[in-house]
Amino acid sequence: MSETILEINDLRVSYGGIEAVKGITLDVHKGKIVTLIGSNGAGKSTTLKAVAGLVKPQSGSIKFKGQELIGLSPDKIVKSGVVLVPEGRRVFPNLTVKENLKMGAYLRKDDLTEDFEYVYSLFPRLKEREWQLAGTLSGGEQQMLAVGRALMSKPELIMMDEPSLGLAPIVVKDIFKIIRTINEAGITVLLIEQNAFMALQNADWAYVLETGTIKTQREGLELLDDETIQEAYLGKTRE
Amino acid sequence: MEFAVSQILSGISLGGQYALIAIGYTMVYGILRLINFAHGDVFMIAGIMMIYMATTLPLYIAIPAMIICTVLLGFLIERAAYKPLRAAPRMSVMISAIGVSYLLQNLALYITGGQPKTYPRIPWISDTVTIFGARTYVVTLVTPFLVIALVVALTLLINHTKIGIAMRAVSKDFETSQLMGVKINTVISVTFIIGSFLAAVGSVLYFTNYPTVVPMSGAMPGLKAFVAAVFGGIGSIPGAVIGAFIIGICETLIKGTDYAIFSDAFTFALLIVILVAKPTGIFGEKTTDKV
Repeated sequence: MSETILEINDLRVSYGGIEAVKGITLDVHKGKIVTLIGSNGAGKSTTLKAVAGLVKPQSGSIKFKGQELIGLSPDKIVKSGVVLVPEGRRVFPNLTVKENLKMGAYLRKDDLTEDFEYVYSLFPRLKEREWQLAGTLSGGEQQMLAVGRALMSKPELIMMDEPSLGLAPIVVKDIFKIIRTINEAGITVLLIEQNAFMALQNADWAYVLETGTIKTQREGLELLDDETIQEAYLGKTRE
Repeated sequence: MEFAVSQILSGISLGGQYALIAIGYTMVYGILRLINFAHGDVFMIAGIMMIYMATTLPLYIAIPAMIICTVLLGFLIERAAYKPLRAAPRMSVMISAIGVSYLLQNLALYITGGQPKTYPRIPWISDTVTIFGARTYVVTLVTPFLVIALVVALTLLINHTKIGIAMRAVSKDFETSQLMGVKINTVISVTFIIGSFLAAVGSVLYFTNYPTVVPMSGAMPGLKAFVAAVFGGIGSIPGAVIGAFIIGICETLIKGTDYAIFSDAFTFALLIVILVAKPTGIFGEKTTDKV
């Protein structure tokens, strides 16, 4: 078993009096793809936002490589090597593709030539559209840009919030292929998905969240065969 | 003919002065969605500071010192009156801005004792020249060129520097910008610094044409510049500049006719027409406020 890169302990997060995350404990091992699945409002996004420093937890701890992240500003968290690809892609529509990628490397002061080449090798389409405004890209291209932009920060852990949301099935396949490629390059992935089938197929380890708590955890493929999971998240019709 | 030339020249010059103020309005709006009502008064304070500094310091020190102090003032206003309200409803911030506006006016009233203060005569730019037979001040000729140079510099900054790209990103999406590691407060401060700097430069060009500065001296040019920003499409820098030139020229031309008394009314009538007919202004973006 590889070392733990991210360690979340008894995390509690409230929004305006409503507790969205009620004591989540989870580990992410280095070099793995870990997924959190669960229905809307289960607290998945909030958990990732807490790791990224966008929301302040009530209690608990989030340790990245042994360092406590709670209380750090988002820029310090990015600098330490954790990056979040937000839900809905959130590319900057008024910036060109290249400028979006530059924004991803905002905190870096070293040479970016190799990183641009790496991102463009993963997503040749982005190279073609380098000077186009990101707002004019298709949904799939925007998702690729959002992932590429995150990679520009040279992360050790990349968190993705619903990367398949609203994309055509064939594009979803592409995105997951990319996730595997990134992972094989040594980047740990923490993935949230509503598309539980795709997520479980690709994940080394999976957590199931329900109303702010972890209900179960297992290897991705094992969970895929679990009957209660099939009923709750995959629909019984799966062959 | 001479009269027409002189009117057009001063119109362009006045437009340039409005433009320097209008950029501050439009940039702050672009990032914070805030109409910074105190901006015109920062412009007035720049004038007052210039008067006091010029009495003790030589001009080549007084002008840069005044610009630095104005920039500092703009920065401090944002930190003290707007930053604590970052999570508050937009209306609260706007009320805070109105409060700052009155505070600055009353501060100026207190410092000057209500006496109009004579603006220092700045050599060279206060000299008169004759062009196409029309007598005018050097400042009138210099203003448009200086404004264009500053706008070009600003455009380069926004389009090609890291902080410029970050400003454009922040203007669209605070949260995602933070995820990139951008410190939102730094970007906002830079915006206020640029706006105050341009207002300070504008104050020298503007007040040179007038004998005195009083606490209300910032209100009217501030409002006109605001109208220019709305006219051009608030949030858009080229829009604010073009809007300011149009308003400056129209106003001055009307002043040259028998209807001179309506020159201010024209500007505000224009505001109403724009708000009714095309609320997004000439270059304004369509309101695509996505969540």
